Amino acid sequence: MKIGGHKVPVTAYIGALIVLLALIAILFAPWVAPYPQTKIVGGVWDPPNAHDLLGTDSIGRDMLSRLIFGGRTSVTIALVATTLTMIIGIGLGFLAVATNKIVDNILSRIIDVMLAMPILIFALMVFAVLGTSIPIMIITISTLESTRVFRLARAVAMNITVLDYVQVARLRGEGVGWVIFREILPNALPPLIAEFGLRFCFTFLFIASLSFLGLGIQPPAADWGSMVHDNAQAISFGGYAPLFPAGAIALVTIGVNLIVDWLLSIHALPSGTGAEV
Amino acid sequence: MTSTEAKMDLLLDIKGLRIEAGASAVLADGIDLVLRRGEVLGLIGESGAGKSTLGLAALVYARPGCRITAGQILLSGKDIRGLNAKGRRALRGVRVAYVAQSAASAFNPAMTLMQQVCEGPLRHGIMNRKDAEANAVALFKALDLPDPANFGSRYPHEASGGQLQRAMVAMAMSCRPDLLVLDEPTTALDVTTQIEVLAKLRELIRDYGTAALYVTHDLSVVAQIADRILVLRYGKMVETGTTTEILTTPTSSYTRALVAERQAAMSGQGVAGAPRAATVLAVEDVTIKYGTLTAVDRVGFKVGRAETVAVVGESGSGKSTLAYAAVGQIVPAGGGFLFGETPLPPSYKARTADQRRRIQLIYQLPDIALNPRQTIGDILGRPVAFFEKLPRAAVRARVAELLRLVGLPEDFVTRLPGQLSGGQKQRVCIARALAARPDLVICDEVTSALDPLVAEDILKLLKQLQDELGVSYLFITHDLGTVKRIAHRVVVMLKGRMVAEGATAAIFDTPPDDYTRRLLLSVPEMRTDWLDEALKRRDIWRAGPATALA
Amino acid sequence: MEILRFIATRAALGVLTLIAVSLLLYLGTQLLPGDVASALLGQSATPEALAVLRAKLGLNVPAWLRYLHWLWGVLHGNLGTSLTSGTPIASALMPRLANTLFLAGYAAIIAVPLAVGLGILAAIREGGILDRVSTMLSLATISFPEFFVSYILIVVFASQLGWLPSLATVYDGMGFWDRVDATTLPALTLVLVVVAHMLRMTRTSTLAVMSAPYVETAFLKGLSRSQVVLGHALPNALGPIIAVVALNLAYLVVGVVVVEVVFVYPGVGQLMVDAVSKRDLPTVQACGLVFAIAFIGLNTLADILAALANPRLRGRRGR
Repeated sequence: MKIGGHKVPVTAYIGALIVLLALIAILFAPWVAPYPQTKIVGGVWDPPNAHDLLGTDSIGRDMLSRLIFGGRTSVTIALVATTLTMIIGIGLGFLAVATNKIVDNILSRIIDVMLAMPILIFALMVFAVLGTSIPIMIITISTLESTRVFRLARAVAMNITVLDYVQVARLRGEGVGWVIFREILPNALPPLIAEFGLRFCFTFLFIASLSFLGLGIQPPAADWGSMVHDNAQAISFGGYAPLFPAGAIALVTIGVNLIVDWLLSIHALPSGTGAEV
Repeated sequence: MTSTEAKMDLLLDIKGLRIEAGASAVLADGIDLVLRRGEVLGLIGESGAGKSTLGLAALVYARPGCRITAGQILLSGKDIRGLNAKGRRALRGVRVAYVAQSAASAFNPAMTLMQQVCEGPLRHGIMNRKDAEANAVALFKALDLPDPANFGSRYPHEASGGQLQRAMVAMAMSCRPDLLVLDEPTTALDVTTQIEVLAKLRELIRDYGTAALYVTHDLSVVAQIADRILVLRYGKMVETGTTTEILTTPTSSYTRALVAERQAAMSGQGVAGAPRAATVLAVEDVTIKYGTLTAVDRVGFKVGRAETVAVVGESGSGKSTLAYAAVGQIVPAGGGFLFGETPLPPSYKARTADQRRRIQLIYQLPDIALNPRQTIGDILGRPVAFFEKLPRAAVRARVAELLRLVGLPEDFVTRLPGQLSGGQKQRVCIARALAARPDLVICDEVTSALDPLVAEDILKLLKQLQDELGVSYLFITHDLGTVKRIAHRVVVMLKGRMVAEGATAAIFDTPPDDYTRRLLLSVPEMRTDWLDEALKRRDIWRAGPATALA
Repeated sequence: MEILRFIATRAALGVLTLIAVSLLLYLGTQLLPGDVASALLGQSATPEALAVLRAKLGLNVPAWLRYLHWLWGVLHGNLGTSLTSGTPIASALMPRLANTLFLAGYAAIIAVPLAVGLGILAAIREGGILDRVSTMLSLATISFPEFFVSYILIVVFASQLGWLPSLATVYDGMGFWDRVDATTLPALTLVLVVVAHMLRMTRTSTLAVMSAPYVETAFLKGLSRSQVVLGHALPNALGPIIAVVALNLAYLVVGVVVVEVVFVYPGVGQLMVDAVSKRDLPTVQACGLVFAIAFIGLNTLADILAALANPRLRGRRGR
């Protein structure tokens, strides 16, 4: 099947299917989940059985229901953080290119310093001082990750801005806004959309890791990462409980990665890079 | 000669060659081609005609995505299409060698030129290192490269374009192949360099008795070196014959059009016209610097109303830089421009909307001059809306009028640039420039990236528009043939300085300075004896400029 | 010499970045909104308690002076005192640093040759079986969070097969091979995650070089595949590949944190996570600094090596 003249490989379909299922489960959680997420339905770490398809968790709640509700939290927070990341990163990146060299240099130097810090370390520091509420987490992650997006957005915009049609607009006297939104942005979309997918995966995994370390989302709000943390002990008793939320994280990430891979493999117009990192 | 003898003399014998790409594209359709030992065959065609593909097929090579699907390729009577990988490797570089169009990218930037020239003979076990190096030096000498004994120790980025092209020829000849495939070897070079490379190439081929397939779109160039010509169009053979036959008595209408275009380019005397009273643009003592490098040095001339002034020069002459300064993209270090009587602010940001509107610029590459995500209607409508602030219906009407002006169908308003051909895209660029109702249109090499017949149409269109609308052109080009067909007056630039200025006919009849004379002499004419004559004249000229020239 | 001057400049830039980052670290922990003392003691703290804590933390001295104090201390090996244990941080951190480096080194030695080798081979035979399989596998592994990989490995190798211990307990004076045995599972986790990233990036870089025009020219000269790859492609791919490796090693340094927590491995990562949950700011600062040094050091090294491998810089001065 073709979309816009490009052949779509099977893997992209699989990815789209996974993402779609996840979205449905999340949007319609109260109707899809068999039990409410706080109800105790069985013993501690029951194995999967007829009425608890994935068994129970550390205090007997249905794993599947908690998984569905937890997914809501995980994915929503990751989406919000990623959207914020992209807005800041693309906004600053394009601004650096569309205005003058001085602005560009200042921004680039500041962001170079921030890029020199690994996100995890910096985030841990902020949490040590400010605690780990959800808004703090989202703002910290977005601010740090937007530096990576800045680099890509700037590179893409640089490649486009030297093309003659952007010059035509400038020479006409078009303002910065027109140049960015009507000339550069429409041609920068393919690599930026792929980047959105990549950033989502990173943010998603990152938040899950933080929750797993006990530093992310605090109870009673549950997300997949903290579910792994809570059920970790089951491993020593031969149980599989933590593998379900961990597996769910992996599955959603694979789905998004498959779609992103397909997007990156389409040869973009002569505009910007499709590079990873 | 008996038929068997004639057959043995055949080096390359291709029958019914078919090359396909992707699912349905046909790059070469049923091509027949013969080449004798020591013979040079010119492959003429426009872009997309399949000439490069054909040349590569002689090495039994197809670019990724393409494949040879049918036909027979015989080299000295032996089938080479059926060779396995090892056989092809033994053939490439040794019996058939390839010279690419762009020398700069064909060389590995991490290795010296000597290493790469010797690689062929060494890897194929033909020579040992000492002999290979001596062989390389001998080739460098034959190709007139500077300091032949040590030239090989340079890295590719340490040599000029013309030198690299000759180094590539040396690399290809290092194993003494029977057949040389030359893919537009001089297209990227300046005319004055081209004549040197052509001369040396021809000498080398004749000395070694190498046969050659010379791929190009320029009939005048191929006339100097080819014994026979094969004309290609859309992957099919159009006509074939000896060079003289094709040039003097072409049979197919396509070939006749190609020949006629070259004749028009050669014989043009410029456009006659009285000196203009009104000046649209005055260039006054403009100097432009990039750091310590002076790109334009005190250049001054005038462009009159409804007049075309061509600025001609080779690469590095500063002509494009001058154009960009005129539109205000580059700020001159000294001097300035006058528009009508008012001085123009050096940077476009300081100019009024009116000033920006009345001087327009058309770029060389239509592919990147049009926003791929905007429809033609949007591209043309925006300058109209921006400068004249008309309501939507009026804008639409004006866009339709513009399309008519440049000879494009009205339903193109909904199309995207990617759906148009190169020539059509350039017409849209012209329409966009005219949308602002300018007094002066600066054309920066607008026909250089187009095929000769398409370029001819564009030039005709530009002339017609000038007659209709009274617009002036500042025409930047490196091609003297273009100047001869379109310009009232011409300015010749060399390394940033203006060396000649005047009416086209006058300048070309009696060039006032040495460089212009040399430039005119270096443009190939469409006759087979031109190169020898040009070389003789060049030698006389080198011996002493005082000597009278024919 | 051109090259030495270049290295010196890059190294100086690295040091400057380090100082800027250390400043950022310091500001991050000491000057974020809300007084640090009240953040530690909470809303119900009495003014006297706050004053005592402020004096203890040295918050009465102006900020820039505090920063310089701390920096001076760091340069002399004094990383401050832990708020929770009261002991010098350096004595707790140094042995843990050695452990972390051992773990990271163990993973790197396996991961780098594996990833680079497979990445190059996959690119050379693009579309072949090796390429497709490794692409699929690496896609899976980069999608897995480290703790997932850890748990799978524990379940398989520790619980089911009983070959390796599920907790990576190491101590001073341990035999070398015992140490290796204990750290194999965590190292394996790191290897799996890092190999995937490194492989994909190496493959992309090598593919870019393989599609260069001079590679086609080399084939048209009749050279064999291995001659072209070894003689023409790899020397030009070396620069980008080195950059990829150094970038991923930096990522490895950070990825170590989660792995240390899962396997309860006494490294700097685990120390930092503990310190964060206990709000032991000086320790957090010190650990952060150590990671920053490693990260920035590796990135600077990558810059230098990648530029050195660029033939235009290595060759003589051009025109």
